[in-house]
Formats: sequence, C-alpha cells, structure tokens
Amino acid sequence: MTDTIAAVSTPPGRGGIGIVRVSGPRAAEVARGVVGRLPEPRAATAARFLAGDGETLDSGIALWFPGPDSYTGEDTLELQGHGGPVVLDRVAGRVFSLGARPARPGEFTERAFLNGKLDLAQAEAVADLIDAATHEAARLARRSLDGALSDRVNAAVAELVEIRTFVEGSLDFPDEEVPDLPEALLAERLGRVRAAVAAARGSAARGNLLREGFGVVIVGRPNVGKSSLLNRLVGRERAIVTEVPGTTRDTLHEPVQVDGLPLKVVDTAGLHPTDDPVERMGIERTWAAVEEADAVLAVVDDRRGLEEADRTILGRIPDRLPRVVIHNKIDLTGSPAGEPEGGTGGAGRMDGTGFFRVRLSAKTGEGVERLCERLKALAGYEPRAEGLFMARRRHLAALDDALAALDAAKRGGDEGAGSELVAEDLRLAQRALGEITGEFTTDDLLGRIFASFCIGK
Amino acid sequence: MNHPQVFDVVVVGGGHAGTEAALAAARAGARTLLLTQSIETLGQMSCNPAIGGIGKGHLVREIDALGGAMGRAADRSGIHFRTLNASRGPAVRATRAQIDRQRYRMEIRRALESEPRLSLFQQSVDDLVLEEGAGRRRVTGARTSMGLAFRARAVVLTTGTFLGGRIHVGLGSYQGGRAGDPPANALAEKLRALPFRVGRLKTGTPPRLDGRTIDYGRLEVQPGDSPPPAFSSSAPLPSARPRQVCCHIAHTNERTHDVIRRGLDRSPMYSGVIEGTGPRYCPSVEDKVVRFAGRPSHRIFVEPEGLDTTEVYPNGISTSLPFDVQHELVRSIEGFENAVITRPGYAIEYDYFDPRDLRPSLETSAVDGLFFAGQINGTTGYEEAAAQGLVAGLNAARRVSGREPWTPRRDEAYIGVLIDDLTSLGTSEPYRMFTSRAEYRLRLREDNAELRLTETGHALGIVDDARHAAFRTRRTALERERARLEGLRLAPDRIPEVLAAEVLGRPPGHGQTAWQLLRRPEVRYAGLMRIAGPGIGDPELAAQLEIEAKYAGYVERQEDEVARTRAREALRIPDGFDYSAVRGLSAEVCEKLALHRPATIGQAGRVAGVTPAAVSLLLVHLKRFGAWPAEERKAAHGG
Repeated sequence: MTDTIAAVSTPPGRGGIGIVRVSGPRAAEVARGVVGRLPEPRAATAARFLAGDGETLDSGIALWFPGPDSYTGEDTLELQGHGGPVVLDRVAGRVFSLGARPARPGEFTERAFLNGKLDLAQAEAVADLIDAATHEAARLARRSLDGALSDRVNAAVAELVEIRTFVEGSLDFPDEEVPDLPEALLAERLGRVRAAVAAARGSAARGNLLREGFGVVIVGRPNVGKSSLLNRLVGRERAIVTEVPGTTRDTLHEPVQVDGLPLKVVDTAGLHPTDDPVERMGIERTWAAVEEADAVLAVVDDRRGLEEADRTILGRIPDRLPRVVIHNKIDLTGSPAGEPEGGTGGAGRMDGTGFFRVRLSAKTGEGVERLCERLKALAGYEPRAEGLFMARRRHLAALDDALAALDAAKRGGDEGAGSELVAEDLRLAQRALGEITGEFTTDDLLGRIFASFCIGK
Repeated sequence: MNHPQVFDVVVVGGGHAGTEAALAAARAGARTLLLTQSIETLGQMSCNPAIGGIGKGHLVREIDALGGAMGRAADRSGIHFRTLNASRGPAVRATRAQIDRQRYRMEIRRALESEPRLSLFQQSVDDLVLEEGAGRRRVTGARTSMGLAFRARAVVLTTGTFLGGRIHVGLGSYQGGRAGDPPANALAEKLRALPFRVGRLKTGTPPRLDGRTIDYGRLEVQPGDSPPPAFSSSAPLPSARPRQVCCHIAHTNERTHDVIRRGLDRSPMYSGVIEGTGPRYCPSVEDKVVRFAGRPSHRIFVEPEGLDTTEVYPNGISTSLPFDVQHELVRSIEGFENAVITRPGYAIEYDYFDPRDLRPSLETSAVDGLFFAGQINGTTGYEEAAAQGLVAGLNAARRVSGREPWTPRRDEAYIGVLIDDLTSLGTSEPYRMFTSRAEYRLRLREDNAELRLTETGHALGIVDDARHAAFRTRRTALERERARLEGLRLAPDRIPEVLAAEVLGRPPGHGQTAWQLLRRPEVRYAGLMRIAGPGIGDPELAAQLEIEAKYAGYVERQEDEVARTRAREALRIPDGFDYSAVRGLSAEVCEKLALHRPATIGQAGRVAGVTPAAVSLLLVHLKRFGAWPAEERKAAHGG
C-alpha cells in the first residue's frame, strides 16, 4: 500500500517542454481526471490537460506506463506540456487535487530503487540524491515562506493549539475542571484560525517567485552605469543612457528572464545629496523600491573603487537582503571579470561583510554571465534541484489540507457532530500545518493541557 | 540450591502486571511460576481503589477481549460504576469503577489458583540467573532471598515501585516498596549492573481517612450509574454483583491552601529531597496549590475502599507533606473537620528502566528471555501495568515455544499505542494513557474491543473456546444486520411523511439504503427500525451498529494512513543496527535513532526530529543490505 506522488520533473524554466510526473495507485484516476481517459499504454497520446471545470490548462502529450513496467515500478503517468512555470503550476495543482501528494525530493528514484527497478550498486547514488535534494529543498522551502506568511501560519498554529487544549482536555478529563469551550467561542476561534490559514494560502499563492519574478533593485551614485546594467540584463535599450549624470529620475521596472528565472529589475535614480525636489522624490522612491526588493545590486565605478559615498549607500541597504556590489566599467580599468576568488566569507564574498562582489562591464557584457549565475543562486533557482516550485507546492498542499480539515471541523461544530469528531478534524488540520512549521506532538499538547488546567486527583 | 521443577516462564511480582503476565503465559501454554513477596497481596491495589477511566477503561476492555483477568475481577468486585463522557461520542466514552480492594484481591487470587499450568511461590527475588555465550546474555532463572534458584527459559520482571523504593513523608524518608512492604534493593543492585538505562520516578498517595469521622452530610453525593455498566462481556448479571454504593465529593478551600503553603518548607519535593520526576497530570495537592495559585478550591473525590471497611481514599490530596501538616490540611476541609487519618499520605521514588531498551514484545534487547512489564517501564496505573503484563507474559510463552512475538499495532488497540509509545519514544514521567495519545481514537473504542482483538486472542491461544464462540455469535449477528441494512433501499414514497420526519428528520434521498440513513447524525437505530425493522434486539449490538454507521466516514478516511502505518510496521530494523553507516543521515538524526532504538521503520518515523528524508535514507540503506525479504519490499515506500 503506497500513496500517489506527483511532481514537476523538468528543471524550472529551461526548454520548451514541461513534464508533470505521477506515480502510484491513483495514477490512473489522475489520468482519467486530467486527460479524460486512460491513454494507451506506452504510446504517446496527444491530449488536452483539463481543469476541474473542463477548461483546457495546456495541451501536449500524455504517456501511460502501467506498473511494474515503469521507471518507479508503479503505475506512472507523464504529462508533457508546453512548459512555462505558470502553466506547469496549474497542471500540477490539478493533479494534486485528484489525490496525489507532492513528491519529496528524490522520491521517484527512491521508489524505483525500493521496487527493484534500479540495481543495488545505484543505492549510493540514490542516497546522495535524496540527501542533496533534501538540503536544497529545505533551503528553498525557507525561501518560499516569506516572513509574513510564516507569521500567519505560526499564528494559526498557536490559536489551533489553544482550541485543541480545550477540546482534547475536556475529552480526556471529564471529571476534572476543564471548561467546555462554548459553541459560539469555538466557532469564533475556529474562524480566526481559518482566516489566518486562508491568508497564508493567499499570500503563498500570490507571493510567488514564478509569477511575480525575483525583485532586483539596482542602486548607486549617479552615472556609475545603473541603466546600462539594466539594459544589458534586459538585452535592449529600455532606459535612456546618456553621459549626463542623473538622467534616470524615476524608478524603471523591467521584466526579464534569466535561464527561465523571471527577474523584475528596477533601475533607480542615482543616489547623492541634492536639493532638486524632483531628484529628491526619485531618491525616496529608490529607497522605497529597496524595501520591497528580493536582492539589491549596488553599482560602483571600478575606476574609483569603493568610495565613502558608496559606503554610505551600502550602509543603508538592509542586512536582511542579499546584496551584490557591482564593479562596473572594467572595460576601462582592465580588472578581471567575474567574482574575486576566496575571501573570508566564502566564494564571491567581500571580506568581513555580507556583500557579494562581481566585476563586470555593462557596456561589453563581460562578467554579466557571472552576475546572472549569482542572481539565480540568490533566488534559490537551481535547475539541478527540484526548485522553488515544488517547495512552494508542498506548502500550498499543506495549507489546502489544513483548510479542508478546518472547514470540516466547522461543519461538524455547526451540525452538532460530537466533539470527538471535531477533535479529529482539528488534529488533521494541525498535522497539515505541522508540515510547514514542524511537528507538534501529542506530548506537547498534553503538556499544554496540564499547564493550563489543574488536572489530577 | 535449585528448585526441582524447571519452568517455562517465571514471573516476578504479583501486582497487576505480574498477575496478568502469569495468567497470559499459562493460557498460552507455558508452565508458569509466579514469584511474589506475599501471596496475600496478589492483585493489591496500592494506590486508589478504582479501575478504568478515559483511556484506561479502554485498556481494561482490551485486556478482557484478550482473555485477561482485570475486567472480570473488577466487574465482580466493583461497588460503583459510571460511564464517563456519557454525553459525548462513543469513542471517548469509558467505564470507571470503584473497587472493593479485598474482593478484588480475592477475585485475582481465584483466577490465578484456577489456572492450570500456573504455580505460586512466596519469596522475594534477589537476583536473576544469567548465562553468557556467543556475545549474548540469556536469563535462565531467578534466585530468591533464601538462595533458592528457579530455573526458567524466560523471566518476566514486574517489580512495580519496589526497585530501590524510597518513601517520603515530610523531610524524613525510609526504604520501602509500598507502605508496609520492604523494597527490592538487592535485585535493584543486580539490575543496575546490567546494560540498561536507569532513571528515577516519583508517585504519591493521599492520607486515608476513617469514614466514621467524616460528615457525609456536608459533601456532594455522586451516585453510580444504574444499572451499573461492566468491563467484560462475561460480566455477571447486576443482581449477582456486589452492592453498589455512592461516592462523595469534597473541596479544598483557602484555609487548606494556607496550611499547605506554610508547610512547603518541610515538603520533600519543594526542598529538593526528591529527585525523581513526578507526572504532570497527577500533581500532589501541594503542587496544585503552587502551580495554580489563583484557584480558590480543588475537588476531592471521596472513594470508598470497600463494603466491609469504613476506610476511605480522598482522591485529590496526594501529599508528601509532614504528618502534622497532613492532619491540619485534612481538618481544614468542609466535612473533614473531625476526620481521623488511618494511614499517612506519602511520596515514593523508585527505579525504572528506559523502555526504549525493550523490543515491542517487551523483551529486553540486552538480555534474551528477560521481559519487563508495568511500572518498571516507567508507566503508572493498574490498567497500563496489566496491559503490559498480558503482552509480556504472552510473548515470554511464545518465545519459549519458538513462536514469533505478538504486539497489537497502534491502529488495533490502546495496548499497541502504549507499547509503541514506550518502546519508541520512552518516557520522562510516569506514563499514563489518554485517548489523545491515540491517533486512531475513533477506531479504538470500548464498544468494539472484542471485534478488534478477540479473534486474534483466540488464535494466540489466550482466549478460550467458550469466550470465542460467544463472541462469534455476537459478531455474526452484527455482520448480518449490517449487510441487511446495506442492502435495504428505502423508497421515499413508501414511507409515510410524518414517520419519515420523525425518524429521519428529512426524507431519504433517492435510492438511499437504510445503512446510509443510519449514518445521518440525527437518525437512531431504534427509530430507523420503525421503517426498516425488525432489527436485532440486543441493545448493545444495536448501539454498536449505530456507532459504526456514524463513524464510518471518519474511519474510512483514515484507511490510507492505517494501511501505510501497517506497511511500515512490517519493516523491521535489525537489533543493534549501526545508524552511522547510513549514507547521508545527519549526525543529529543518527544520535536520536541510536538513543531510541526503533524496532521498525514505522517507529523510526515517529521519533521526534526524524524527517521523512531520513526515513527514505534508512529504507534505501536497509534495502541495499538485504534487510528485507522480497515480499516486504512492496510495503517499503508507504508515504
């Protein structure tokens, strides 16, 4: 007896094909749901991928491999679509809604191995894959959870634990003085938990790297080449570049893709002391943009190096953001392109600071490739791992499970179901949220009950 | 000097764990000896005179469903029965009884003395007889204080609070296993020399009172249920059971709390004399007053000790304060103004062995053939002890006859939850059962204990044929009626509207079966029978059908989870497995697993901090080194 897993199995963003793979006993059910029928075994079947309401999400090729003659040894479905992170996300979402759960990193290979589809000598490679992918996934999961979202989830869990303290306490200790939570209060508190989870669900769906892009803000003193860098990244003349410092008076937003990673690059007005009211407004907007950024590129002129005025700017960038100092104009200084070796903070890092450092020429393009690599790393966007996409998907699935359980608890409460049934739904809600916040054990819950109520004869 | 007889199983200890262990071993076919300090105190209830309660009543039903003695003895000696949580759902309803201690001891002794293959011997045990060879230790018997050695192929230790027992009243303390009984210190010394992890726990009792000196008129009366519920399906008719009596409820007050606060400087707990950990849930009255300083009053359940004695057990004022403070605090309570203490309250500290050193069979992993059950494993409560005793006794007998051990799973029984929690997670306080510990609570009910366990119990040889036959009759009636209801479609137009409204609340949907209608929260079986009858007459079976229908949706939803759990429990991790050899496993996880020594992949996954990825790595490693035969591989990747 196993469950059914699914994942986007192509590296994010690369290439024109995106594959969603499904493995397990429910794969056939998923096929009938998404494709409308069970495709011919081991034959490429052209198909439309359907949403729950019959809308076409994408069209492509469906492949059906009945177990045990499949990669994992289980019934396997492959949906090959046109790629594009947003479309893939929707196809995967549909698959999960049909009873598959997001696969853990390396889980397809793990199943293949455990089902005897890989040879024993490959065990080490499987272990390494699980290990590496898991570390990566943990890092990405942290990245996909912005602070606001995890605050919301934590608030929901805290409230849920309080409710469970009453509900479980009154079930296990009827002779003790555990007050019953009045129905109205239970409903109100459940409502609060649900609202917090729904808000988290909303922000998880919205605050999505793949939809909005990784926000990069370029800052620096006037005429260090900020707009040139934007143009180089965008690949066309978007910003007006002149020799006159301060040409960019406002922030400029530009969507761009780097190896499939959507970047939202913001060019800003040069930062320097000024009395010009228009320029001052531009500078204010620069700092406002920095507040919302995912990363900041601080550009300096390599001919002058880091000057006091640059240091002042760097000092104002919040520590929480990944920060890269760009030494621009190396075509004029002849400095070597790329990231300097070593440094005490690790490769690419400036000594003793939290900054990365890249030398490049926006004009010739030399060194820009290195910057792109750095940005992808900072975004946690590494094609070798499953990517932010699946990490986020797991959180969405957990939040959806929690919402479903909370709704069931609410319905139970309203319909007068016994409190042991409400308790069961609350347990499931907590278990789902535990996938995000970490486990909360029964013993932890008992601890809360004993700390809250005087129990024991 | 060797005793001339050689036994299959020797059980050391005659408490609730020891007696169930001896009975189960004997029922399972082993020539069994029960060694006890005192035959008079077999089945002694050392703490409060009650059996059952939430979670605990469930355990008693399960013990009974497996042929154990506790439920039957309690039915025959109980003098006040209640169904707790009667107004709540069936999964959390539980039976609790006040017991006449003396009658209970008699019932247990009668059960022991009528068991074929079971002998009793009175003598305290000072040492185990061990043999070493091929790198393993093996137990071959037990030696008593007079040097008499009993040879056995398996030994079950159920020493309760007797190992290194120390009793505290005020700042004074003395060695003891229970008030009035000596501790088992020689044995404790010997065991401490073996490679077990040892800890200290603490528990306590209240002062007992002479009921003639209590003004019951000033206490709240708490009657039992009428007719009294029972634990066992083989309970005698109510008319053949002992006379039923009332309990009473008293309350502490601010004056009581002042007395306690003034005495705290002479409390062994608050002055640091006691090092053992007490439970969080059963605090002494001084704990309650300190930790819940804002509460003006705490309840005291005044429990009768028996029909032939006036002594009572004031449950709720467990204390180790000095005697003069105990006296003053008792006298400060309304209704106890003139109460006379017959035995002082005390706290007792004792050794326990880390249950993570046990296999799920309750055999120790360090000494072959040696089993532990009861408080020695860090639990508290008669029911928890008896449950472990039954499993340890059964498995000792199975080991001797070369059969595989058996332990119920978490989705099968509270006994499974208990043993899995103990052996995989360990415990740092006296472990007590609560229903919230069972993730499959909705399945593990008092009402279906027989359905869950009796068939297995019969196959294991610990449920006799008569009991099994009676069970099968009930089960067949249940299955037939369920099948009838599932096949019975009720046409909406054939039911008079008024009757439909009365019985069903709203009209049936098209083509709905009687079973589907019974799943509606508002539909009762008796009512349904007015349109779908006649049904079965036995009210217990009717109730059970109704419960199954109401819970069906929830229970079905757990099926996947249950199936995965089962698959993972089937994957065993070899004894003494070296976790550091598993590629990719972090040092932290290795350390946790080495500490907890899970017996199965399922247990490993339940250890806090062991991630699904760690479980995957473990699976891959064990598969690689051929730890499982082919048919188990399929089970390997359950979520």
